[in-house]
Amino acid sequence: MASSQQFCTFFLSGHFFGTPVPQVQEVIQYQEMTRVPLAPEMVSGMINLRGQIVPAIDLRKRLGLPPRPAGEQPMNVVVRTSEGAVSLLVDEIGDVIEVGEEMLESPPETLAGCARELVEGVYKLPGRLLLVLDTERAVDGAKTVPTAT
Amino acid sequence: MRSPADSLAWRLQGTSRTELMDEIVKDFLIESKENLDRLDQELVKLEIEPSSHELLASVFRTIHTIKGSCGFLGFSKLEKLAHAGESLLSKLRDGHLALTEEITGGLLAMVDAVRGMLQAIEASGADGDQDYAELVARMARLQEAPIQKAKGQDATPVPQLSLPPETPASASPEAGAEPAPSLALDDFADPTKIGGLLLQRGQIRPEDLAAALEKQELGRKKIGEILIAQGAAHPDDVAAAQRVLEARNPQSAVETIRVGVNLLDRLMNLVGELVLARNQLLQFSHSLQDAGFQAVSQRMNLIATELQSEVMKTRMQPIGNIWNRFPRTVRDLAVSCGKEVRLELEGQDTELDRTIIEAIKDPLTHLVRNSLDHGIETPAVRRQAGKEASGVLKLRAFHEGGQVNIEIRDDGAGLNLGRIRQKAIERGLVAAPQAAQMSDRDAMQLIFAPGFSTAEKITNVSGRGVGMDVVKTNVEKIGGTVDMQSIAGQGTTVRVKIPLTLAIIPALMVTSGGERFAIPQVSLLELVRLDASQPGPGIEMVHGAPVYRLRGRLLPLVYLNQELKLTPAAGIGDAKTAPAASTATNIVVLQADGRQFGLVVDEITDTEEIVVKPLGKQLKGISAYSGATIMGDGRVALILDILGLAQRARVLSGAGDSALFENEKRKKKAELAAAQESLAGRQTVLVVQCGDQCRMAIPLSLVARLEEFPSAAIETAGTQEVMQYRGRIIPLIRLSRMLTGAQAPAAASDRVQVVVYSEAGRSVGLVVDRILDIVDQTLALENTGQRPGVLGSTVIQKRVTDLLDVASLVRVAIPGFAEPPAAVSSGVS
Repeated sequence: MASSQQFCTFFLSGHFFGTPVPQVQEVIQYQEMTRVPLAPEMVSGMINLRGQIVPAIDLRKRLGLPPRPAGEQPMNVVVRTSEGAVSLLVDEIGDVIEVGEEMLESPPETLAGCARELVEGVYKLPGRLLLVLDTERAVDGAKTVPTAT
Repeated sequence: MRSPADSLAWRLQGTSRTELMDEIVKDFLIESKENLDRLDQELVKLEIEPSSHELLASVFRTIHTIKGSCGFLGFSKLEKLAHAGESLLSKLRDGHLALTEEITGGLLAMVDAVRGMLQAIEASGADGDQDYAELVARMARLQEAPIQKAKGQDATPVPQLSLPPETPASASPEAGAEPAPSLALDDFADPTKIGGLLLQRGQIRPEDLAAALEKQELGRKKIGEILIAQGAAHPDDVAAAQRVLEARNPQSAVETIRVGVNLLDRLMNLVGELVLARNQLLQFSHSLQDAGFQAVSQRMNLIATELQSEVMKTRMQPIGNIWNRFPRTVRDLAVSCGKEVRLELEGQDTELDRTIIEAIKDPLTHLVRNSLDHGIETPAVRRQAGKEASGVLKLRAFHEGGQVNIEIRDDGAGLNLGRIRQKAIERGLVAAPQAAQMSDRDAMQLIFAPGFSTAEKITNVSGRGVGMDVVKTNVEKIGGTVDMQSIAGQGTTVRVKIPLTLAIIPALMVTSGGERFAIPQVSLLELVRLDASQPGPGIEMVHGAPVYRLRGRLLPLVYLNQELKLTPAAGIGDAKTAPAASTATNIVVLQADGRQFGLVVDEITDTEEIVVKPLGKQLKGISAYSGATIMGDGRVALILDILGLAQRARVLSGAGDSALFENEKRKKKAELAAAQESLAGRQTVLVVQCGDQCRMAIPLSLVARLEEFPSAAIETAGTQEVMQYRGRIIPLIRLSRMLTGAQAPAAASDRVQVVVYSEAGRSVGLVVDRILDIVDQTLALENTGQRPGVLGSTVIQKRVTDLLDVASLVRVAIPGFAEPPAAVSSGVS
């Protein structure tokens, strides 16, 4: 029997994403953010997480997805990274699911743009696909790809 | 200080003996290490003021304590060594010997040996295999040195302990200037000691104190206890005196304990959480309208605030804690390199976070070593260069902009850029053509490259090539920067800037474009509010750059919302085209790097004490911020990095450079201009008018200053027109006469415009009729016939303009310019 892994899942513009549960520190409601002028575009701002200042990265922007419809508030998925805690802004939180490794496949070659670098693999769940996000890269990109403002 | 004997006494009940000994040895090690550190400092100080009995006494006491403890714990070798040191010191103390460099060297060697033994004890539990017989013998030899008179010290026989002064009055503190009171006598005269205080209060008799002191020499009890035991003093008096002493000198009375740093970290985080919960509670209490509840939450508020600030303090340490060991390091290095160095420390009580203190310890030591080894020259070389024989090494620490700045400045030879380039090529760090093209500043950066060293020979001090790159990486690891400035022959300054991750700084809160920002108060000079209705010029424009006249001086302005590309708030509009369109303008006058500028913000709210927190790695690269902070309402606000902001806005690259580096900056600018020219053919030129029709362009990079003088200031020396300028005489060249042959309309106006040109330390003034403009454009030169001093002609602002070749023009006009000064001055006078 192949080993299985737990994923914290979330939705982004209709896509179904997941990050391994051990990487997730917590999931919190939308927080008021402080804008950071001159920052890379994908850094939406900073939030105060119990006295710790945590940058919030808009995953839609990071993945090159269309912007979030006005009026919809994102959720924060706070992940632990080698650079400290970082909040990922997502549309909606899904369940924690356990999936077996036999369902894993490498991302399709046809995946476009940034998504290709950031999707580690795809789980073929019945009815839909779970895209595994490479959180380290998602966070790192914010540093290496500053967007002109 | 608790002696091991005391701890033994109260611990004997219960625990097993080996366990107990381990603990005692551990205490002994910690205590002795601190004592040794202090010894290092005190011995170096003692060398500077050899007649200080206070220092001598303290040194003696420290060695005595170590000796006593290790005798008790059975470390016989260590005891023997300490004993040798103690006997030597007692000779010094009693005036039989004067302190010489040799003796200091011996004592320092002993301190090192003791330290080595302590390490051996820590590692193996025994005091090592080395018996240091040679060192002990050296100490013995030193003791036999003939009595020497120390400088300025009177070697009269020293009063002995058994001869107390006749009256207590003569032992009053004012009598401290008497020649050489002995150590024990200090106890008489010194009202900071219990014996002295009791004596001063007339509660004991001097002879009782003398007897008690003798007893103390034998045993290890407290004077107060002995006095009580002798029946010479009343216990209440002793207790009262003790209290007075404690109140007077809290340091000696305060008990300290050692606490793990991770525990402090945890406390810090918990307090952070508590403060947040407190904030929520406060908001809740406002909505509840319950008087009792509100009172409780107010109280809770105060306690939490105080708790927070106290816990913060537990992690802060003065930088002096690591500087303390530099006097010894510098002394030893100076002796071993045959140099004379004076160490100056400034800002020792600058506090920074414990973890940061630890992290910068090694880089700083390395920089200090570097300055001594490479920077400061030997006395002979220094004298030749016309400097004082002893070099000065200055360490300075201060808070600026939420960062700690540490400067290591020496007045040595400075960096040899030629050698640096050459070495870098030899070591294959850069290619030869690349090295030649490098600016001085870039060349200086080469020393931060891994494996770089210019030392001729590898010494035990430095030159092994693991140096500046390690310093740089270590400092950058904690979010700091290292910057180096050097002037050949004048010295090198290394500036280390490190963030205070946990420091609390006062800050001014402002808003711009709807966002809140904190401005560290250290950069703040004043606040100016301009009402639109107010008479006066307000904000004016100089070539598209907004300025404000602040008490007669032009203050360059920076619009925060534009600099940060924030959407401009309503009413402000595009300030570059329509400044001061709104009803009022708030200008925060700031200082960065010694220069002033005004920051225009929408609103100035308040000053607040803020806790500096680092920005995430994703945002580190933005030079405009130095960190972030959490405000009372729980929201995050960015802390502006004033220097970074000013550099972004380019308000710093103008006149008013700090004098020391003015030449460097100018050189850099000239290089930059040259580089631009070669890259795109673009050049910034000063357009002047000479004569009625002739327009001339002078590359701006060659212009030192533009000045206006009354015509009366022109004097003549021989046939040469000259002028007094900044305390010197500079020759003048009338451009129109020189280039067009026209006679200048004498006294046409009572002011003359002078373009000052400098080369190799010599200046010359070019007299022009009018200064027209400064233009930045691509110059397509066309040769319009050879004329001396003219490179060619070009079209600037739709008019034909000659581009001057200033260097050759000056040489035509003044033969011998920029030759050795003697030749020129003889031509002038």
